Amino acid sequence: MSILIDKNTTVICQGFTGKQGTFHSQHALDYGTKLLGGVTPERGGQIHLGLPVFNTVDEAVNQTGATASVIYVPPFFAADAILEALEAGIELIVCITEGIPTLHMLRVKAAMQGTKSLLIGANCPGIITPDECKIGIMPASIHQAGSIGIVSRSGTLTYESVHQTTQQGLGQSTCVGIGGDPIHGMNFIDVLSRFEADPKTKGIVMVGEIGGSDEEDAADYIKAHVTKPVVAYIAGQTAPAGKRMGHAGAIVTAGKGTAESKMQALRTAGVEVVTALTDIGVAMQRCF
Amino acid sequence: MNIHEYQAKTLFEHYAIPTPQGRVAKTALDAQHIAQELTHTSWVVKAQIHAGGRGKVGGVKVAQSPSDVFKLANDLLGTRLVTQQTDAHGLPIECVLIEKTYPIQRELYLSLLVERSAERLVFVASSAGGMDIEAIAHQMPNEIITVNVHPATGLQPSHCRKIGYALKLEAAQQKQLNVIMHGMMNLFLEKDASQIEINPLIQTQTGELIALDAKINFDDNALALHPDILALRDINQEDAKEHEAAQFGLNYIALEGNIGCMVNGAGLAMATMDLVKLKGGLPANFLDVGGGTNVEKVCEAFKLILADGHVKAVLVNIFGGIVKCDIIAQGILAAMAQIDIHVPVVVRLEGTNASEGRALLSNTPFTLYAANDLNDAAQKVVALAQGVAK
Repeated sequence: MSILIDKNTTVICQGFTGKQGTFHSQHALDYGTKLLGGVTPERGGQIHLGLPVFNTVDEAVNQTGATASVIYVPPFFAADAILEALEAGIELIVCITEGIPTLHMLRVKAAMQGTKSLLIGANCPGIITPDECKIGIMPASIHQAGSIGIVSRSGTLTYESVHQTTQQGLGQSTCVGIGGDPIHGMNFIDVLSRFEADPKTKGIVMVGEIGGSDEEDAADYIKAHVTKPVVAYIAGQTAPAGKRMGHAGAIVTAGKGTAESKMQALRTAGVEVVTALTDIGVAMQRCF
Repeated sequence: MNIHEYQAKTLFEHYAIPTPQGRVAKTALDAQHIAQELTHTSWVVKAQIHAGGRGKVGGVKVAQSPSDVFKLANDLLGTRLVTQQTDAHGLPIECVLIEKTYPIQRELYLSLLVERSAERLVFVASSAGGMDIEAIAHQMPNEIITVNVHPATGLQPSHCRKIGYALKLEAAQQKQLNVIMHGMMNLFLEKDASQIEINPLIQTQTGELIALDAKINFDDNALALHPDILALRDINQEDAKEHEAAQFGLNYIALEGNIGCMVNGAGLAMATMDLVKLKGGLPANFLDVGGGTNVEKVCEAFKLILADGHVKAVLVNIFGGIVKCDIIAQGILAAMAQIDIHVPVVVRLEGTNASEGRALLSNTPFTLYAANDLNDAAQKVVALAQGVAK
């Protein structure tokens, strides 16, 4: 078991023939992901990486039966790509693109309400269930199938958490990068609830960062609903207020969204909060 | 991106949001002429910088004659203003806004911004205008009203009424408020703003609502869609090094410490700063070299970090995903050959092609400190910055 994706998940790629789409699709295929084809308007009918290219997501879904899509299209076209996947009935939409305008995402999220589709990202590394399915840009080699569920707002901090849990021999059930944008798809709670219900996941690593209140909301949820051990790390403890720290979502305004308030909320919820990034793996190991 | 108050007010005029009569001046003489043209008995001279809190430190002054306007403008122009919202160096005053004064009956607060948790645009209003909204929220939370707007329906008359009643407006002002709120909404949506703030929104003694101050921030991710907004950028109000870094696709923010950091990924860059501090050091900067890093970018990153004279040691922390560690290693070597790196450099490479990268760095004439892991790297760089040999 795992969450959201497994060895049977069938995937298409939007922005398939572009540089990013090509590079990461090849890696996904090498990993064993059931990538069945891709979408690039005006390139329908061609073969790319040995797979069919379609003009529309509708066509790709009808022809391949894929239930998941990964999006590598430029930022100003990404909202359109997400909506196209949504309207084609894709169940799991993973948007890697960085730099999508906030108002675009506001409209996308409103359109998603009441549908069964799930969105991961944007501005994220994607999702992987080790040895089964890789959808995204994460380096495959650091992963190891195992028992820890990882959920993170940051790409490279997901990799650090993966690396450390692999070093500890724990491995990962599924790793989800929910993305660094202020308005994004699945949040911590959406992923935590699935890890809690997944028998293969024995422990959870949650990596947050400054800005917004997703971590505080997650803390409330964990207190009420999560029985598995959770280790959390919050990046940006030394970040100055009012500055955007790389991610569009990472900004502390007027004392809100500070690392301190997030860490305190999580501690109160019984989460093992580490102050040093390098302690994630050991802290997780100590829980068993 | 921020713009100046006078630029924000020009945008307001395009969207039918009433602003005081006035114009911007780059010289004291211009300022005096503007005052003469705006026939009136008193004028306000407002320093134009990208920060709030100007009034408390003499950046906003009232003049009683055009010659008084000249004097006040002359005193402000060419100086730097330090406010609660700037750093200790302050920001340069290169222009002043000259406006007529208005007899104020009430000061209100009105803003429009993105509410992250609700995933909606939200109007925030208060009858306690003129003070920081944070202070109002803290001292009198009941004086704040918020109204969420659904993207599908847009702004509705009921939204405006709700705010109007909460602000105890009369029918005539309610009509003006409708115009102002629609103007703010249209401006926000058409120009991809991230925040529009009117503080204070005044009600004059004759019952007019006027945006006495204006602050607009724009979504950086959308700037390329709006060349007219991008043209309003004033780089003299921004950190020169941050701006230079952006030209090379680097994300750099100067901090107060003495340990330079070069990291891939925004999250890891923040976490690296945190770790340096935890080990007893102080980071000199936040620097994310990004995903598509090449040798040239690494060189530029080194130049930026070392241009800060406080830097005593540099920590390079790379977790290779798309970024390949051997490319980073080549960049470090190229940088060391090109520029005089006079401080110790600690390198931690992990992930894609890490062993190739480490091998490259072990065969060099330069002094580099290879770290076994991130903990080791942070400890080493802190010790080196403190002058303790390791």
